[in-house]
Amino acid sequence: MPSFSSHPKQRSDQMESGSTTSRSSGDGSQRAATEALVRVRGLHFRRGEQRIFDGVDLDIPRGLVTAIMGPSGTGKTTLLKLISGQLQADAGEIEVDGQSIGSLSRSELYALRTRMGMLFQSGALLTDLDVFENVAFPLREHAKLPESVLRKLVLIKLEAVGLRGAARLMPSELSGGMARRVALARAVALDPTMIMYDEPFTGQDPISMGTLTSLIRQLNDASGLTSIVVSHDVSETAEIADHLYIIANGQIMASGSPREVAASDSAWVRQFMDGEPDGPVHYHYPAAPLEQDLLHSAVH
Amino acid sequence: MLDSIASLGRAGLAAVASLGRAHLLLIGILGGLPSMLIRPRLLVAQVYNLGVLSLLIILVSGLFVGMVLGLQGHYVLSQFGAAESLGVMVAASLVRELGPVVTALLFAGRAGSALTAEIGLMKATEQLSGLEMMAVDPVKRVLTPRFFAGLISMPLLAALFSAVGVMGGWFVGVGLLGVDDGAFWGQMQSKIDFNEDVLNGVIKSLIFGVVVTWIALFEGYDTSPTSTGVSRATTRTVVHAALAVLGLDFVLTALMFGG
Ligand SMILES: Nc1ncnc2c1ncn2[C@@H]1O[C@H](COP(=O)(O)OP(=O)(O)O)[C@@H](O)[C@H]1O
Ligand SMILES: [Mg+2]
Repeated sequence: MPSFSSHPKQRSDQMESGSTTSRSSGDGSQRAATEALVRVRGLHFRRGEQRIFDGVDLDIPRGLVTAIMGPSGTGKTTLLKLISGQLQADAGEIEVDGQSIGSLSRSELYALRTRMGMLFQSGALLTDLDVFENVAFPLREHAKLPESVLRKLVLIKLEAVGLRGAARLMPSELSGGMARRVALARAVALDPTMIMYDEPFTGQDPISMGTLTSLIRQLNDASGLTSIVVSHDVSETAEIADHLYIIANGQIMASGSPREVAASDSAWVRQFMDGEPDGPVHYHYPAAPLEQDLLHSAVH
Repeated sequence: MLDSIASLGRAGLAAVASLGRAHLLLIGILGGLPSMLIRPRLLVAQVYNLGVLSLLIILVSGLFVGMVLGLQGHYVLSQFGAAESLGVMVAASLVRELGPVVTALLFAGRAGSALTAEIGLMKATEQLSGLEMMAVDPVKRVLTPRFFAGLISMPLLAALFSAVGVMGGWFVGVGLLGVDDGAFWGQMQSKIDFNEDVLNGVIKSLIFGVVVTWIALFEGYDTSPTSTGVSRATTRTVVHAALAVLGLDFVLTALMFGG
């Protein structure tokens, strides 16, 4: 039976084959070190009194879709911000493509970010520009393209997310799901090597959910991207991910392929994957018993 | 007792810390000047937003302030038989004081609050983080053009305020109350000094422009990214900017006209 402690060995052959495609483009000498595009070691991060990460180690393998799951409020978004250098870790090491995020200068960080795409939870479209200009924005900033080439490129990106017809709408005229798809088109506009999706599935209807999952998979496989999907939607995420990490309470609770994690016998993982209200994790925020609160409500 | 001392200390520390952040932000904003000059279109758009869209309130206010000055001035001056000095009085009060100060207060209410709300909402909706992730510095891209637009707009708006105010004073004084037209303009021409009055007024309005825009941008950029945070920041912009303008006006007046 696969157990979590043994997963690195079991997965190693698959990761090997997954990364062979990217090996040719990378430098061969550092192969062992660049096996993982993102390496996180001993990550500690706190916000005020709240410990968000308490010694987290994880690897994001190149060329695969890695999912990071966990209950909301555990710090999934925070992890993406740490990886992209928007936040600084209190302790520990984060390496992206062999570069330590903490030690980069601002311009080095910006250079690295042109190769990273990030899909924000809210879409984060610029509200004073229309859909077309939003997707064109990173191209205008970083690629000096003639207007006609730029226009074609933007329309191709919009076509891929099914919103070419919405090119002249303003962000305020889009639904949440459409805004997310525009943001996806923008995130891949510069053809990044890595893309981070923050809760891509929330607020999507079943049809766009289906297109979105296949789009993420397609983008990943066709252009050799490395994808990180952050989500609390168990079934959709497990469906597209090659590798899963489950984080909670500042720690990695489980990792492995979706099948391995699903077969876990840890009570905590079982509860999360099956969505049961009671188990090691309590649905209720800690509080005094309900009767006591109701009876003494006059005191407050 | 100890608690109140401790909270006083905390408030003091927080104030000093935010003052420090404000200065760091200003350095960042000024650092964006070269990249803004390459793309002047961003600046032009903001001069329109901050300056042109503030025109109506500035012109109407200037007209009324000038008309009130004409009425009150005529009332006082005619008691001394000096009604012909009305032009000097109206122009001097507008160019030296009311033009820069009232324009700055109106500018803080009209443009400053809008700036804070806009930047604060951009932060709350992750647009600023989005720019960061696209390797575009939000300070240089978003704040720098707005800062320099404020700096350009304020003196121009103050000049228009004063000009329209003089017209208002003329309309009431000469048109309605019968002050001599030639005396009104002639005395104004001979008594108002370019360096002493006009230039000092322009310097004032330039400084007010910097301060109001800086406060507005800082409050927006430093807000906590929630709807409450943005609404509080907007209020703070108007209050802090008004206090800063009035306080600075005293200092500047003492420096310019005191000696
Ligand atoms: N700007 C912030 N200031 C203070 N606390 C924050 C901030 N952003 C997030 N947090 C806290 O950090 C924790 C993790 O947040 P987040 O990474 O957004 O969670 P997730 O994405 O997993 O739902 C939450 O408990 C949240 O309250
Ligand atoms: Mg989140």
